[in-house]
Amino acid sequence: MLAQIAKRLMTAVPSIIGVIIVTFLLTRVLPGDTAAYFAGPAATPQAIAEIKTKLGLDQPLPVQFLAYVKDLATGNLGTSLTTGQPVFDDIRARLPASAELTLLGLLISVLVAVPLGILAAVKEGSWIDHLCRVVATAGVSLPVFFTGLLLVYVFYFKLGWAPAPLGRIDVFFTAPEPITGFYLVDSLLVGDIETFRAAWSQIWLPAVTLAIFSLAPIARMTRASMLAVLASDFVRTARASGLSPTKVVMGYAFRNALLPVVTTLGMVFSFLLGANVLVEKVFAWPGIGSYAIEALITSDYAPVQGFVLAMAILYVLLNLGIDIVYGVIDPRVRIEA
Amino acid sequence: MNRREFLKSASVLSCAASTGVAAPAVWSSASAQSARAETLLVVSEGGPNNLDIHGVGTNRPGYEVAWNCYDRLMSYGSKTLPDGTRSYDRDKLTPELAEEWTETPGSVTFKLRKDAKFHDGSPVTAEDVKWSFDRAVTVGGFPTFQMKAGSLEKPEQFVAVDERTFRVDFLRPDRLTMPDLAVIVPCVFNSKLVKSKATAQDPWGLEYTKQNTAGGGAYKVSKWTSGTEVAYERNEAWTSGPKPALKRIIWRMVPSAGNRRALVERGDADISFDLPSKDFVELKAGGKVAVVSNPIGNGIQYIGMNVNKPPFDKLAVRQAVAYALPYQKIMDAVMFGLAKPMFGAGSNTVTDPVWPQPHAYNTDIAKAKALLTEGGYPEGFETTLSFDLGGGAVNEPLATLVQESLAQIGIRTTLNKIPGANWRGELLKKEMPLIVNFFSGWLDYPEYFFFWCYHGQNAVFNTMGYKSPAMDTLIDGARAAAAKADWPTYTIDVKGFVDLAFAEVPRIPLFQPYLNVAMQKQVSGYQYWFHRQLDYRTLAKG
Repeated sequence: MLAQIAKRLMTAVPSIIGVIIVTFLLTRVLPGDTAAYFAGPAATPQAIAEIKTKLGLDQPLPVQFLAYVKDLATGNLGTSLTTGQPVFDDIRARLPASAELTLLGLLISVLVAVPLGILAAVKEGSWIDHLCRVVATAGVSLPVFFTGLLLVYVFYFKLGWAPAPLGRIDVFFTAPEPITGFYLVDSLLVGDIETFRAAWSQIWLPAVTLAIFSLAPIARMTRASMLAVLASDFVRTARASGLSPTKVVMGYAFRNALLPVVTTLGMVFSFLLGANVLVEKVFAWPGIGSYAIEALITSDYAPVQGFVLAMAILYVLLNLGIDIVYGVIDPRVRIEA
Repeated sequence: MNRREFLKSASVLSCAASTGVAAPAVWSSASAQSARAETLLVVSEGGPNNLDIHGVGTNRPGYEVAWNCYDRLMSYGSKTLPDGTRSYDRDKLTPELAEEWTETPGSVTFKLRKDAKFHDGSPVTAEDVKWSFDRAVTVGGFPTFQMKAGSLEKPEQFVAVDERTFRVDFLRPDRLTMPDLAVIVPCVFNSKLVKSKATAQDPWGLEYTKQNTAGGGAYKVSKWTSGTEVAYERNEAWTSGPKPALKRIIWRMVPSAGNRRALVERGDADISFDLPSKDFVELKAGGKVAVVSNPIGNGIQYIGMNVNKPPFDKLAVRQAVAYALPYQKIMDAVMFGLAKPMFGAGSNTVTDPVWPQPHAYNTDIAKAKALLTEGGYPEGFETTLSFDLGGGAVNEPLATLVQESLAQIGIRTTLNKIPGANWRGELLKKEMPLIVNFFSGWLDYPEYFFFWCYHGQNAVFNTMGYKSPAMDTLIDGARAAAAKADWPTYTIDVKGFVDLAFAEVPRIPLFQPYLNVAMQKQVSGYQYWFHRQLDYRTLAKG
């Protein structure tokens, strides 16, 4: 198992190197002049040239690239011009915010979509199957920012149930000391129930928004995968042997149907990390997506490169995690071809 | 895990969600209530990227931090406008860090307050002022540029006479020197503190002041989470003005305009700053919150034409465009009536030496068609109309209306949307034939506006590449006359350059936009500032 993990990690190295080169080139090739943007309202060609020199943008590309790689090797991702902070600090502060939101959204989504998918498959053609179809269609056809704004309008503005969409924690609460960076976890770790409640009341609405968006693929995949398995010979045999329907569905069919579901989950997770940019915007969530977009708009190279790099590493780790989970679910996967 | 467990966990979660709903009982506790009364919660779209106005690329929200956390030698007085709102007074300089000053033709000498202290308790000396001014004219970029606008260019101009006496020697007579000393850039830094943080690569300590405020202003930044929040505490030892009413300011960034509006309508946020016109109009109609809007001083939204290339090198063509623009439609459909029209005057020969003022072009398609024929394009022509997507909420519908209207006289335009980051670079090239743009100057003087926008020095804001010796003579004449207080000559020159700008129409003014602010009715003391940001010092609650 360990050897497999090590091997998998080794294969990731070339992709990471590729990502570094490609993002570096892309950010330089894209139209947009950082210096002109940051020269301020009264820019003259001279002021712009001064800023260019200051940022090292007047150097030839290979020199810039070498400097960039040298910085990377020392863990320095550069400084964001938009936020004025080192990119590494920005990402470290923002990644947990996005991850917490995405994971919670995914969890809610799984808790709703998987049972729904299973029920829809078991009772194919029944009302619950139709419900599954309606929920999936609605979820996938409503853009996240729309769902988000709608939920804010209903639950905050009209009903007053949700707190003001002002980010991760209420204005008059201090954030818990970062341990994991997840407010919900950190506040519980130190036993601060008040802060937990404050963080929870802020997060549930954006998490539900994300959940609604990600319901569809999970529910559909669960249903399809279950249908295929339920129609297979071993399920028929199990049924014929007189096993209870629960045992057949959950014990035999579901475990065999799980593999594609886990694949979908992995894809949905990485997809959500990117897609929650809009949710972050709507809920003033200090996440990594809105950070990257902001940087892109202002041609701020360092954060864009840092973001892509962080995402690439995250994706590699996620794939590794999924591979390991595969092995747990289906031991056949572990056998090397 | 079986199905029942799945369902159970799902229902537990939904229960948790419904209890979480009632959670924000934050305002109810007594301490939170009093904290709320002394705290101002401001929401706006973006936040600062740098706490130092001298920094590289400090953005507009960054000005707000500098304005409130640093003192300048002088500030501006305030006045009540005819509509009852308050504004800064361009013509009245008031003491801030300096308690008095004496001006001679060659210099101005300031006496600093005896009791003025920086946030760390050390006294403010003339040496600090000199260091700060030297920094502003040396670091380059925007601060140096802004200082230059008031003929403040060399460190030798700034003299620390003794502990409390500071002198600025004038390079040349310039009416803008004194007003320029009261804008945001010449603020006073705690030089000992900043110097102690400076390094060989960074002799002016810009890295330190980027993250920390090192001044002696009415507020200090207690916490800054970039892109999310800026929290300020009042400086209890501040002596450069009356003690501000608010103890704490929390400034949260809320990117979604709809949510900013919801926050202020629900009473959760005290001030929603820089609102889009549409929200403003609807909030005003709603009547739940107080709304204020002021014309942006020296600020004009316009259509610019590149006079150096055909077809806009022909005066008749430019006039044709000026007669083909849908002025009123733009006011109604794009600005929702919330802007000051810059059209509809009786004549293109002006009677007052003021700026901005309206021109006499109106929407007259027949006349436009005739002019276009006269210019040699009876069938019209094809061109591109460029605009900055950064201001897309106004620019995009505006450009569409212009496109539609120009099509009536045969000018077929393709819309060219340019992302905000590229806009200034594109402007600098001066190659776009036809653009929608906005310009405003901090110093609200006609000659200042014209120097940037019409003068042959060809600054970036002279987006049309317009050069005319007659225009330059008039602008330079007005500047010189203002410096000598020769008002008869000044009047002739200002009227002259406005007339010339209207006659030659390299750019067609459309309207003067407003700065819109919505706040709770219990918030008082709001005043419009040339920098278009908030001044917390005069604000109060309840």
